[in-house]
Amino acid sequence: MLKLEDIKTFTLNVNGEKKSVILGPTDVLLDVLRDKLGLTGGKPGCENGDCGACTVLLDGVPIKSCLMLAVEAVDHEITTIEGLSNTVVQDAFVNEAGFQCGYCTSGFILNTFALLKEQPEADDAVITEWLEANICRCTGYDDIKNAVKLAQNNLR
Amino acid sequence: MDHFEVVGRSVIRKESPDKVSGRVKYLNDLSSPDMLHAALKTSTHAHARIASMDIKEAAASPGVRAVLTGKDFPQYLGLYLGDKTPLAINKVRYYGEPVAVVVADTKLAALRAAELIKVIYEPLPVVDSPSIALKEGAPILHEEMASYAHISAIMPEPGTNIANRTKIRKGDIKSGFEAADVVVADSFSFPPGDHVAMEPRAAITEILPNGQVIIHSTTQAPFVVRALMAEYFGIEPGKITVIAPPIGGGYGGKAGIQLEGLAYLLSKSVGGRKVKLVNTREQDLISSPGHIGFEAKVRLGATKEGVLTFAELSFLFDTGAYADYAVNISRAAAIACTGPYRIPNVSCDSLCVYTNHPFATAYRGFGHVELAFAIERSIDLLAEKLGMDAMELRLKNAVVAGDTTPTQSVLDHNTGNLPECIRRVGSLIEWDKGTVIKKEDGKIIAKGMGCLWKAPAMPTNSDGGAILTFNEDGSINLHCGAVEIGQGIKTGLAQLLAEKLQMSINQVHVVYDVNTTVAPHDWATAASRSLFMVGRAVLDAADDTIRQLCHTAAAVLRCPEEDLTVANGMIFVKDEPSISLKVREVALGYVYPDGTAVGGQVIGRGKYIARRLTSLDPLNGAGNPALEWTMGAQAIEVELDPRDCSYKITRAASVMDVGKVINPHIARGQVIGSIGMALSFAGKEGFLLNERGQVQNSDLRSYKILRYGEQPEYLIDFVETPQGDGPYGMRGLGEQGVIGIPGALANALSRAVGKPLNRLPLTPEEIWKSKEGKK
Ligand code: FES
Ligand code: FES
Repeated sequence: MLKLEDIKTFTLNVNGEKKSVILGPTDVLLDVLRDKLGLTGGKPGCENGDCGACTVLLDGVPIKSCLMLAVEAVDHEITTIEGLSNTVVQDAFVNEAGFQCGYCTSGFILNTFALLKEQPEADDAVITEWLEANICRCTGYDDIKNAVKLAQNNLR
Repeated sequence: MDHFEVVGRSVIRKESPDKVSGRVKYLNDLSSPDMLHAALKTSTHAHARIASMDIKEAAASPGVRAVLTGKDFPQYLGLYLGDKTPLAINKVRYYGEPVAVVVADTKLAALRAAELIKVIYEPLPVVDSPSIALKEGAPILHEEMASYAHISAIMPEPGTNIANRTKIRKGDIKSGFEAADVVVADSFSFPPGDHVAMEPRAAITEILPNGQVIIHSTTQAPFVVRALMAEYFGIEPGKITVIAPPIGGGYGGKAGIQLEGLAYLLSKSVGGRKVKLVNTREQDLISSPGHIGFEAKVRLGATKEGVLTFAELSFLFDTGAYADYAVNISRAAAIACTGPYRIPNVSCDSLCVYTNHPFATAYRGFGHVELAFAIERSIDLLAEKLGMDAMELRLKNAVVAGDTTPTQSVLDHNTGNLPECIRRVGSLIEWDKGTVIKKEDGKIIAKGMGCLWKAPAMPTNSDGGAILTFNEDGSINLHCGAVEIGQGIKTGLAQLLAEKLQMSINQVHVVYDVNTTVAPHDWATAASRSLFMVGRAVLDAADDTIRQLCHTAAAVLRCPEEDLTVANGMIFVKDEPSISLKVREVALGYVYPDGTAVGGQVIGRGKYIARRLTSLDPLNGAGNPALEWTMGAQAIEVELDPRDCSYKITRAASVMDVGKVINPHIARGQVIGSIGMALSFAGKEGFLLNERGQVQNSDLRSYKILRYGEQPEYLIDFVETPQGDGPYGMRGLGEQGVIGIPGALANALSRAVGKPLNRLPLTPEEIWKSKEGKK
């Protein structure tokens, strides 16, 4: 059971804004982003690290926010999908229709965004290595692949 | 004047900017501080008597507002057959069945309390497959079947485990058998599995003091939910509002009624407060209904020239513990039982059978993936026995307009061109370059083909509606009951409207959420019929709009109404376009310079109801249940390593005759998505059940599905034989792309290893066992 002294106020750095939140020691980052900060772009798909729908960036590195405690993210830069706007990657996902239902999309976009920042010249093998962390059940991955390629080209 | 060519163009989805920004609100994104949260307690046995249940500790746990068990809700509910209580009473019939539920202030408190419920089970013998369920002396899962309410189109058989049986009798099997020179007979099967929509199912329900029941649900069928909720619980339909936000993947898995009934009862038990019930992934996989299991026996005969003479078919659908949509899936499979082949003599018994497996609901393809797997494998076996090329055999027997279906209805001139699909798919996959090629490194490249047909399986009175309202700038709001599940329906409908009214698609505004109190009636977003049926309603509403605009404009312009037309935001005289008014000057009523107003606002109304559909004759299945038939052919190329039977799917080709393609990019995406899903299903998926009927792979770590990088190169084409009554000549295509793939994959792999592979999933281990003759 939670005891009062377990609960403390922390500052989370989300999308470049400092957010004051009360965190318990067992609060999961995904839940805190969604339920306390209203950032619902990251989705619970399995809450077990298997699907990538909950992906956010921690200091630019994609992580599965369902597997991280919110307190672990203190002192790091968190980027959620709401923190990206009109990026080349998002435009590419629009133009290549890299989504259908859209539930997996924020995870794929954030993962792609981080990948192309870190390895702009990533080849197919590297792209696969990164994106096989995420599941999409709608697209058969073809339009996602096209979107990643388009983004890669447009960033060159 | 601009000509707006909107139909046939790959316009970008309406919801694109919101989806790539994480701003679309799915159901589970809605939350408010007044909301209570529910958590399910599920069965750890596949078949057991509930000896006792102790909820005391759970009820005393902090934050808990209610703990409810089966006895609290004794109603039997069911889509077509009322065989299921919201929570199990006395007996559980599958592993994962909800037995109790906790309502608490937070999700965590609810989950924690659910853990504290103690259930003691007395295990019962498990019915492990549909064929076992039909054996003499098999345990009867639903002893009370005789008392279950059901719709007249299905025929449960009390005292057995048969929830429905559909019989097809066409021609005469005996003479078909006598005419055959070559006969093949074999069995085919696969286990039940799941849709694995990335969004788990969820519902939020509240009951207002005035009796209004407000249900937010991840549903593809908000109007079905409204009607059934009214029926089940005796609520006035007008007091029920069902709201369906955009859905994070449906594939049929959200087409029935699922968590809504329970969520309503939960809200009722806490004084009407808002209660949110969300499946965990594990519950979504096994507690909520999934993909049906299947066992089939096929006997197929042909003359030595390869002309099919008969098909004798037995389909056993494994619906698991409850019937849900499955009683109609087995029926739909019977209607299309032969696949798209001309077979004069057909006998098919298609049964929906109870077992102690997780239960089944609609799944993309609705019975057709299943039958097609059995039929397409049989066609290949027959070709082999005849010494004939498998594509040649398909071409020779492919249905064309004028042929009759198994239900004896005639395929009319709207029927797609299947032979052309087969030829084109053959050239896409380079069939003539060889179907088995040994590479120098020892690997084997092999190809397989599968054909498909499908008609929507839906009530004979299925309908759609559309309402158009105007904004001050002459732009239009399109209201309808079709749910956006990722198929791009809102965009497709907007395209039809923009084309019809010759306006920019940017001037058409769509509404994401469907609210049954606001939107016109719509059967359901299922059966690949929304763009067809709601599309017809949109065109009807557009005509109504044009009529109203011209009526008011005729008075103002002082000219005959019939001389006017609408395009490009203008209402004008056809042969003298300079005599005109702007649509926006008329749409909300025309105002003369002196302030006098006439006409009033334009509200376009449109509707459509399925044309001349009939029920089936119970004895021989004769009838006309099909709105339209989409035909197609598909092919798979694999590269197999014979040492360990691992394989890569290198290419997947698909050619479907879908009539006019309204949005090529979206259409292509639907087909590719279907193929990816079908490859995943056929190559990897299915529940691993132990001998006690417990699911061993109930999370996404152990239930494997297709990942990025495993997808083949997709080769997609369409034939566009127009559908006379479809909007701009289109036909449905959302599901069909799954149908031919499992058969095509199994045919390719069978060819590669030189052994018949008649069971799914086709994992390397299973292929290796078949190859080595191991059990
Ligand atoms: S929700 Fe985090 S990986 Fe699936
Ligand atoms: S777009 Fe639906 S899961 Fe990827």
